[in-house]
Amino acid sequence: MKIFRWFIGMIFIVGIVILIIIRPLPFLFYPDLPYINFLGRVLYIIILACILCLYRVWRGPTGADRIVAIDILGIMIIGLCAVLTISTGRPWYIDIGIAWALQSFITALALSKYLEGKGFDD
Amino acid sequence: MINIIGLIFISIGLAFDLFGCLGLVRLPDVYCRLQAATKCVTLGTCSILFGTFLIVGFTAAGIKSLLCMIFLALTAPVAAHAIARGAHRAGIKLWKGSVVDKYTEDKEGEA
Repeated sequence: MKIFRWFIGMIFIVGIVILIIIRPLPFLFYPDLPYINFLGRVLYIIILACILCLYRVWRGPTGADRIVAIDILGIMIIGLCAVLTISTGRPWYIDIGIAWALQSFITALALSKYLEGKGFDD
Repeated sequence: MINIIGLIFISIGLAFDLFGCLGLVRLPDVYCRLQAATKCVTLGTCSILFGTFLIVGFTAAGIKSLLCMIFLALTAPVAAHAIARGAHRAGIKLWKGSVVDKYTEDKEGEA
């Protein structure tokens, strides 16, 4: 069973690497921007990291693992918004990033206070 | 030239993000995962935002990305510390290979 899971992971990672080498992600808005191939490959790597975080959300042994993974996912989506700002040339993507940073910080604080739970009595 | 430097910053941040998420998957414990993922991903995202500022320049988007970088560097350690404190108070066990637990020793010393 463990060998099977290793095999699935290897197929996944090798597939992502082959996709990065072969074909950058196309952009609909400005296809003739400079460095567009490099930025298309950047988006693949950020999406791979987000999928790794979602694995930890899906299969965390405790609730704290899931909260940590959600926090990390929120921080990484800010980086995704920054890369989209350059690659599409539309400056309002970074506004989404700032709003997401505020929301992620408040969510992490509230969830950790909820996790503490038993400490409300004393 | 400034575009090349910005792309180098984005690449460094990307590597830090990827290895931080790898640590989040592979390490054995809540606290190990927290200390691997939070530091790596905070530095990586700050580096990506600084590369964005270098490429875009002193426009509205560049100033906003600098602002977002400062905000992230201030708030991400606070959130990580709150999560670690909450997990320890909720009674989640440490990994069996851990050697020191100062927080429990302090609480026992007070009581």
